[in-house]
Parts: sequence; structure tokens; C-alpha cells
Amino acid sequence: MLGDEKGVFMKTIEKEQQFVVSVSPHVKSEETTSRIMWSVSASLLPATIMGAYFFGPRGVFTIALCIVFSVFFEYLYQKALNKKITVSDGSAFLSGLLLGLNLPPAIPFYVPILGSFIAIVVTKQLFGGLGFNIFNPVLIARAFMISSFPRLMTTWNEPTAAFFQLDAKTTATPLAILKEQGEARLIEMFGDKLNLYTHLFVGSRAGSIGETSVIALLIGAAFLIYKGYITWHIPVSFLGSAVIMAWIFGGKGALFTGDPLLHLLSGCMVLGAFFMATDYVTSPSVRKGQLIFGIGCGFLTMLIRLKGGYPEGVCFAILIMNCFAPLIDRGFRTKVFGAAKK
Amino acid sequence: MAGATFRGGIHPKDKKELSRDKAITPQKPPKRVIIPMSQHIGAPCKLNVEIGQEVKKGDMIGIPEGFVSAPVHSSVSGRAMAVGEFPLPNGRMVTSVVIENDGKEEWTPLKDNPDYMQLLPDDLKGKIRDAGVVGMGGAAFPTHVKLSPPKEKPIDVVIINGAECEPYLTADYRLMIERPNDIVKGLKVMMRILGVRKGYIGIENNKPDAIEILTQAVSKEPDMQVMAVEVKYPQGAEKMLIKACIDREVPPRALPMDVGVVVQNVSTTIAVYEAVRYGKPLIERVVTVTGEGIRVPKNLMVKIGTPVSDLIEECGGLTSTSAKIISGGPMMGFALFSMDVPVTKGTSGILVLPEDSAPSEGFSSCIRCGRCINICPMGLMPSMLSVLSERGFYEATKEYNLFDCFECGSCTYVCPSKRPIVQLVRLAKSQVKP
Repeated sequence: MLGDEKGVFMKTIEKEQQFVVSVSPHVKSEETTSRIMWSVSASLLPATIMGAYFFGPRGVFTIALCIVFSVFFEYLYQKALNKKITVSDGSAFLSGLLLGLNLPPAIPFYVPILGSFIAIVVTKQLFGGLGFNIFNPVLIARAFMISSFPRLMTTWNEPTAAFFQLDAKTTATPLAILKEQGEARLIEMFGDKLNLYTHLFVGSRAGSIGETSVIALLIGAAFLIYKGYITWHIPVSFLGSAVIMAWIFGGKGALFTGDPLLHLLSGCMVLGAFFMATDYVTSPSVRKGQLIFGIGCGFLTMLIRLKGGYPEGVCFAILIMNCFAPLIDRGFRTKVFGAAKK
Repeated sequence: MAGATFRGGIHPKDKKELSRDKAITPQKPPKRVIIPMSQHIGAPCKLNVEIGQEVKKGDMIGIPEGFVSAPVHSSVSGRAMAVGEFPLPNGRMVTSVVIENDGKEEWTPLKDNPDYMQLLPDDLKGKIRDAGVVGMGGAAFPTHVKLSPPKEKPIDVVIINGAECEPYLTADYRLMIERPNDIVKGLKVMMRILGVRKGYIGIENNKPDAIEILTQAVSKEPDMQVMAVEVKYPQGAEKMLIKACIDREVPPRALPMDVGVVVQNVSTTIAVYEAVRYGKPLIERVVTVTGEGIRVPKNLMVKIGTPVSDLIEECGGLTSTSAKIISGGPMMGFALFSMDVPVTKGTSGILVLPEDSAPSEGFSSCIRCGRCINICPMGLMPSMLSVLSERGFYEATKEYNLFDCFECGSCTYVCPSKRPIVQLVRLAKSQVKP
């Protein structure tokens, strides 16, 4: 084995100049930030496909606009300020995709462009870029658009499986009908209760492009949980507290007569709980804190839905809880190994 | 097979298949050895040899100064050629003696003790001290000190650390397979010294043959028990192993002795046995020479002071893709800048990694994903420590229990932003007082 002993020895001497010297640890996991971002984007594929199916080319166009301009604004900002260009890490792509999924399908083109600017430049980059933003960029953009273009942001298309039917009729979302006309009217519109639930579950109802198909969202969420990219803590506490609130206070008149399933399946609840409240940067990183965060999100969502002026509360609920995330992390610091139990 | 464990931890690829089936073989005698006067935690030794002097194997060439210290012996017979400052694997310069090996392998007279179990605990400790035995798992704390806890800290359990949780390393594994009875005898000696009735040998589940062989070896020892522990890094950290084996938690900043436990590494245990039985000083140890950058990985019995370059040469040299040479394991070892550094008492492995597993990519900001918090075996919040340290808020890191971090590197392993968390922790530690 050591026949070419001299040769080998020379080689090692030669090599000596080139050793990499760095601090431990010398091995690292294959997980990277960009892999996480692209995986989360991939997990939204089922919801995107269903959105395209129900809302046609207008929906696809709106999503594409958001993605293109989110990436573009990130590039532009970083180029202009001579920063490292990080658009390939997928985070701007993911923000754009989520923003698109959060918009009404037929929104005029300038609204998504403006929304992308608010999300990427104002909410993310001006606060220091990825990792430093206090608020979820997508939700700030959505809140901004709701206040600036209230009419456009609440003009919904009827879902249609006919992809090339461009002149879809406009209609109200189930939550708006629930708020303004009551549950009885909503059930009447869909025939019976089971039919209503089925439509909500599959996604054939008016709403934002990516929020309607609960089944598609759950498939994506299952993928994220399986891969360990998100854990159950925030979604379960979020949905759990919303369900309890809906059950207790959601009924007409008497307590404990609400319809939690209806609230769970409608609006932005599932999309918000699994894909937006779980945003690493703007939610607590400590497990116990995540439970508090989720409970707060669910509670505020239902407070707005039942008592507020808007039919939907998910967006504002998460934004309000975003403010508390750093405080929650401070309050629920982990216990050091071996520290006396309280 | 399940197994006890601790909360947190990571599962890096263990890569032990490269060297696990290579029986321990003696190295080719080195031409010269470089023996540092400080290979342990504590005071460096006083030089006890002059240039030109002839020495035999086992001659004490470094005299310990103070209680927390350990003597240093010559690992070859030959002539002391030079004395000077030489780098340790971690880069620290220490006084070292260069001895040219005459190849005669002449031992200094050793005192055989067939009746060593009749000796008093203090005499046993004396023999361990005189043999220069230190913790061979890496920290190199003098073993006789560890076996001398203060009176107010009674010890009731000794645990032998056979976890070997660092990826790649197989030195302890080979010893468990090849010399189980010496481990049992060493454990017995330590139990006698400490007056302890309960001895455990903790082994990770990925070494079922070692578990079986040692279970067999302790079958006639009612006081001893082999504990199969979960395969997880850092299972071999003292506090983690104690938690897994006997479910005691060492409080923050306290030592194992505060919960009545002494933990000793497998190699150390054999060194203890050889010291009391044969009077043999610690002048050689098993070193795993491995990694994808080594042509022929081996487990070698290596004389202390052998230059790393000798071992690499003996293992077929480097492959063309080799990029990084590490003393120790991949999680906590030191990257070497030169192959001229010697093997010391704490060197468990020489690891050569190829370029693709040693990328020196940049890092990005923390995205607060919480992975490091969930895996930190000490229950710390490494993300906060790293962010505070990065911004220079060193004092604030103490609020996040900076000094409870033992730098296992798990956080840095899992970080998707590739942040040098451990290094930022070290930086903070250097800037504030505990």
C-alpha cells in the first residue's frame, strides 16, 4: 500500500499549503434557508392549482404579477443600495406567491404591483431584509390594499371550472353573506348544509385565489409538517381557539350554538393558520410561546369576524400577534438543562 | 432498540463504517516524537530532560506542578534532540521535547502489581497520577483529580462513557470490542477508589456488538450494568450521558460530582487499569485515522507525540479531494493548519474531510426558525446568543445563559442560515466575565 511512499509524502507536503482551517463544527446539515423557502413555495402548489382551476387565467395572471414584481422589487432594492442580491433564496418568490393567493382573482393589475412594493420594499427591506421584519410582509400588503382599495379588494368572482370563461360573475364571499344575511341564507344558497361544507372544503366558492380550497391547503400543510418545516403548535392552537370561540359566541342569541366548522372552512383561516401565522421571522420560536401566539391569532380572528366591521379577521389577527412575537419569546425563554423545576 | 436519552440533540451521519471494522493495529514506529509538556487541563509540567539526554520508554520527562496536573512520559526510547515551543492541535504553543526514536523500544523498569485490588484508594490514585492518566475523550482533565472529589460531595455512581457520539470516530468502539475485560477491571478500580457500589457503561445503540460483548463481560459483576443509550449527538457529553443512564440532571454550572457521579471515557478506563496493574504510564493511545480524505482509514495504537503527518502517511496518504484535517471529531475537533502537530493524550481521531463536506460558505441573518432552540441539549436559545453576540451586546448574552453552553456545535449543525453560532458564543464568552 505504501509502495509509492515518497510520492504520497510529497503530495501531503504539497497539500499542506491548501488546508482549510475553520472553527468547529466541521459538518453541517444540508438544510438551507433557500431550500426551506422553495419547499414552502412547493407546498402551496396544490392550492395554486386549485385557484387556477376555479378562477381561471385572471387568477393565474394575478399570482404571476405578484411573484414577478416581488422578486423584481427585491432585486431592484438590493441593486440600488449595493447590497448582496438574494433573490435566489426564494423568500421574495414565496412572498409574491402568498400575496397572489391572498388577492381577489380579478383585481386590476396595478393593485398587485403596489402590494408587492409594500410587502417587499416597505415591510421587509426597509426593516433590514429577511429575518429583521417585524410584520408578515404579505399581510401588511394585504392590510394596506384593503384600506386603500376597499371596493376592489372585496369584489369577488364566482368560481368556475370553465378555465377560459373570462367574464365571470361577481358575488359575495360566504363570510360576507354570513355576516350580512346570516347562516340560514348561506345554507339556502348552497342547497343544504352538507353541500355548503363540501363546496367550502373543495374550494368552489368566492374568495381569494388561494384561500378557498381547504383540501389543497391541507395537502400542502401535511407536506410541511412531514418535512419538519412547520410544527403543529401554531396551526393547532390557532384553529383550536378559533373553533372554541366560534362554538361559544358564533350562534345567534344563545351561547354554545355557533357553527365552528363553517368558520374553520371559510375565509382565510386555513391558509393563515398553516402558511402565514407560521412564518418563522414574525412568530415566536419557542414552543410554549407558539401556543400562546396561535391562541391569540384564533381569538382575535373570531373577535373581528363576530364583532368587528370586517367579515374576515385572519389578516389583522396575525398582524397584531406579530407585534407580540418578540415579547412572547422573551417571556417564555427555555429552561436550562438541570435548572430547578418551578 | 430504544434507549434512554436526553431532550434535544441531532442526528448527523455517523460515517463510522469507514473504520469500524478495522482492528486496532500498532503504528509503524515514528522516527521522532514531539512531546508537549502540557497535554492536560491544569498547570504545565516542568521539563525533566536535557538536550542530548538518553531516555527510555516511560521515563518521566515532565514533572507535574501542582495538584491539577499530570506528568508526561517519553513514548519512545532514544535521545532528546530539541526543546522548544511547538503548536498543539488547537494552535496553542507549548514547550515540547523532540525525541529521536532509536527503535529499541526499551522500557524504563515498571512495577507490576498483580494484587492491585488490595491497594488502598490513595495508593491507587497515586499510581494513576504517576502514570499521567488524563481524560482521553478530549478534555484531558487529570484523572486522579476527578477521582478525588471533596468530602462534602459523596459519589455513588461511576459511568463509563462508551457513547462515542462524535461521527467518524471508532477508537473507543474498537477498545470495547477488543478489550472488554480491561474496561471492566478499570471500572472496578475506580469504583474501589471512590467507594462506589454502582457502575454503568453507557453505549450508543449503533454499537450492538459492543453492548453485547460488554454485557457478557459484566455478567459476573452484580454492581455493574451496561446501558444502551439512544444514538444521538451529543449523547457522550457528561451531563447528557448521566441524564440518559441514571436520569439525574446536573444543575447549571455544576459538575457531575454534584449529583454524585464520576464519568470516565473508555480509553481512560483502560489507561487506569494499566496504570495500577502494570505501572504503565500513558504513552500511547488509540487514534482513529479516518475520513473520506484518507486513502486507508485505520484504528492505530499511536505513541503520544507522533506527528500527524506520520499517521496520514501510514494510512495511505491523502486523497486528491482532501481539504481539511481535523484533530478530534467533526463536531468539536480542531482544524489543523499544519500536519506537524503531535498526537496528544486527548487526540481521539485524525479526520480528513474532502472539499464538499468542508465548504466555507458565507452565512446570512437569523430567520428565527427555532431549530437551534429545539435541539440545544442544554435548553439554551442559541439563536438569541448568536444575534446578541453578533451585534456586540455581550452583557445581554448572560441573560440567555451564555456560560451554560459547552459548545457541542449542534446549533451550528442545524442552522439553515449557516450562522457560526458556536463561534459567536465563544466570542461572547471571551468578552464578558461569568
